Amino acid sequence: MSEPVALKLTAKDFKSDQEVRWCPGCGDYAILAAVQQFMPELNIPRERIVFVSGIGCSSRFPYYMNTYGLHSIHGRAPAIATGLSVSRPDLSVWVVTGDGDALSIGGNHLIHALRRNVNLKILLFNNRIYGLTKGQYSPTSEVGKITKSTPAGSADAPFNPLSLALGAEASFVGRTIDSDRKHLQSVLRAAAEHQGSAFVEIYQNCNIFNDGAFDQLKEPATRDDFLIRLEHGQPITFGAEGRFCVVHPPGGFGLEVRETASVRPEEIVVHDATVADPAYAFALSRLPGLDLSNTPIGVFRSVDRPSYDSVVQAQVEEAKAKVTETPEQQLAGLLGSGDTWTIL
Amino acid sequence: MTKQIRQLDRVVIRFAGDSGDGMQLTGDRFTSETAQLGNDISTLPNFPAEIRAPAGTLPGVSSFQVHFADYDILTPGDAPNVLVAMNPAALKANLADLPRGADIIVNTDEFTKRNLAKVGYQASPLDDDSLDGYVVHPVALTSMTVGALADQQVSKKDAERAKNMFALGLLSWMYSRPYESTLRFLERKFAKRPELVAANVAAFRAGWNFGETTDSFSVRYEVKPAKMVPGTYRNITGNAALSLGLVAAGVRSGLPVFLGAYPITPASDILHELSKHKRFGIVTMQAEDEIAAVGAALGASYGGALGVTTTSGPGVALKSETISLAVALELPLVIVDVQRAGPSTGMPTKTEQADLNMALYGRHGEAPVAVIAPKSPSDCFHAAIEAARIALTYRTPVLLLSDNYVANGSEPWLLPDVESLPDLRVEFATAPNGDDGTFLPYLRDPQTLARPWAIPGTPGLEHRIGGLEKADKTGDISYDPANHDFMVRTRAARIEAIPVPDVEVEDPDGNARLLVLGWGSTYGPIGAACRRLRQRGLPVAQAHLRHLAPMPANLGEVLRSYDRVVIPEMNLGQLAQVIRGKYLVDAIGYNQVRGLPFTATELETMLEEVLKNV
Repeated sequence: MSEPVALKLTAKDFKSDQEVRWCPGCGDYAILAAVQQFMPELNIPRERIVFVSGIGCSSRFPYYMNTYGLHSIHGRAPAIATGLSVSRPDLSVWVVTGDGDALSIGGNHLIHALRRNVNLKILLFNNRIYGLTKGQYSPTSEVGKITKSTPAGSADAPFNPLSLALGAEASFVGRTIDSDRKHLQSVLRAAAEHQGSAFVEIYQNCNIFNDGAFDQLKEPATRDDFLIRLEHGQPITFGAEGRFCVVHPPGGFGLEVRETASVRPEEIVVHDATVADPAYAFALSRLPGLDLSNTPIGVFRSVDRPSYDSVVQAQVEEAKAKVTETPEQQLAGLLGSGDTWTIL
Repeated sequence: MTKQIRQLDRVVIRFAGDSGDGMQLTGDRFTSETAQLGNDISTLPNFPAEIRAPAGTLPGVSSFQVHFADYDILTPGDAPNVLVAMNPAALKANLADLPRGADIIVNTDEFTKRNLAKVGYQASPLDDDSLDGYVVHPVALTSMTVGALADQQVSKKDAERAKNMFALGLLSWMYSRPYESTLRFLERKFAKRPELVAANVAAFRAGWNFGETTDSFSVRYEVKPAKMVPGTYRNITGNAALSLGLVAAGVRSGLPVFLGAYPITPASDILHELSKHKRFGIVTMQAEDEIAAVGAALGASYGGALGVTTTSGPGVALKSETISLAVALELPLVIVDVQRAGPSTGMPTKTEQADLNMALYGRHGEAPVAVIAPKSPSDCFHAAIEAARIALTYRTPVLLLSDNYVANGSEPWLLPDVESLPDLRVEFATAPNGDDGTFLPYLRDPQTLARPWAIPGTPGLEHRIGGLEKADKTGDISYDPANHDFMVRTRAARIEAIPVPDVEVEDPDGNARLLVLGWGSTYGPIGAACRRLRQRGLPVAQAHLRHLAPMPANLGEVLRSYDRVVIPEMNLGQLAQVIRGKYLVDAIGYNQVRGLPFTATELETMLEEVLKNV
């Protein structure tokens, strides 16, 4: 790798010539603008960036990025991106997916990409509804969700995407919100710097089929009491003047929210995203209530683990390093290996 | 004692035993010795899907048949001249295939009351008249092996396990095989346990010496080397040849090969083999499922690799949506289907040709791909290269239809000269191709109708593609009716326009009025049946399809120049239906789906019947 040269790209360089066709008011616009504005920071030439998506509203994303882009099929983006990333370690590969794409039809590929720690940045736009198919409940919809396919209310419990990712031992897990550009970009920044899989859940409003799903986290009147902004190395407090905090109650398995005034300062958990045991980040992921109270955002977990790509490439490089022959000579040797006989 | 030596022109031997008896290895070694001698060979392993079925039972019987001759042969043989039966189950499971007069070598130690009862023998067939008409050689294989190894530093169990080497030694003596390669093999196999090398070598020699001294075997046979094209040969299975073909395709294209695969019988050996060859820059990925396997392969192709996925029928079904995406993306992709008996799990270790319809039509929408099928184990090497050539040159998925018969069967392979293999180099797009300096990802090469392969990392060619219908040239999303009609027809036309070699007709006398058309692994049995008929003065022509999509340009003319066309297939008439539909030829199907290859005899009988009415 040569010395990085400042490429002086701007958000405009990342806008493709395609007309953006999400519904007016969709949260995806804000995410797209935030990503386009963030991309120049990477200082990676556009041709070395690839966005891979599956199917769904969010999966139109690659068409709007002036990078390489592949709009694939439902649920399969992590698998396709894995093949690309493993065979092309020089690329920066991003996966854009949604709650149905990643957690329903593509659940298997997501968990395996995460356990392998493929060098992918996976952005899951979670609007807790199927938008493109016009409003069925999704695997992140709350129990009892009334939709066209569940007129009496959905009967099945939702996935918690971060719990799932942590259960798959993802090495990087974060959450952010479509409307908070600054925070969104801070999480993208951390994800981009991470070697290996980075899984980012982005709460995204579908103003047509599930409008206001995350309002408590956005409205000035409620957001400070609802959101827990995680900062590495800082005690976890939130609410007006930090009146709430997160503690690890003795004898319990998880974390709980308390009034700060009711606990000793040393009882307050200091956030450490680098804790090796995923149980800590998992406990954080379990804090939110059904009403979205106590919702942590930020980087839950960021640990070092060799990426699948690097291990696979290292094996290939090691094997190639021993070779002194041309590929044709090697091939001739391979074809003639084993028991051979010659007929004159 | 002096033994009589008798010359034979061909022999078929079947080694049969329990799945734990090492019959595949024994057959494999005998084959290798036979290859060293210079006979032509064809082999057929036949084993249960269970790794260790209950010992001594009929479902647990594993066998390996080898046919060798002093002339060029096409099949592993219809009926064994010799059966080696390591237990009562092996005898019972195979006896019906034996013609009267055949030699049967039985391991008498295993003919216990309990073992006989397991397979429903009321009395030992060695003691009553049920084996009259066969030449039975009772040999106490196990106890003689244990006796021969009394001085060896091995457990009784390890000594008993060496009985297959005793049997191999005996057969090697009986057929005058050179055994040095087996001794070398044993040294390699047990390199870490010298006591096992010694024990197995001793067992082999004991078997050989037993043949030389016992009265039970009065005749020793010789089969002279076959007249084969000069050159260096090795014995190879279809799966091994196919793997090497993929390695060769990587070398000849200069591209890294990326194999995405999920373990499945009978294709897993290809994953195992390619995983050994990382020094060629080959990446193999054992994916979480069949869908991910093809997805990763397609992702790698998008990035400029030769993406390959290997599987069997059930896996192709799962991959079908991704193959359709590859059709829309117009990227190279090789999908290997080592067919097995279906539907569903079917008979995973048995052969069939019933995935042709799926290969040709098994996708949603109009989604044509190229389809090719190897005709023999060694042809798998060249078929793999041909699949890669079409995929790379024409930027299309190619389905390679192998099957369990060619995949696990083996034959001598004349090693090709590497420089003579096709040049598969491709050119990636490096510069904009539009008049105004833009890049048009769906602007086609007028010759090949292939679109540019513009891989990520190429400056100035950033573009977006996907499964949505694309506008001609620009690749932008398009719902325009005329454009869709145009694109659908273009995708069909570009597959139809792939030039493939004309089908060749084998009709030595030039007076045949009956044509036998086959595809894939039926080449050998059909060829052998045709030869027999011709030797009897019955003219018959043979044509064999390697390219099933597109089909050779001369095929219609060939079909119409015969009074009758017969199409034998290990399915219920899939190619026959295509031929009838496409060429309006009243082809007759001959169909068997027993999980086993055709025998030359049954085809000969069937064709003789047809000839009566031609």
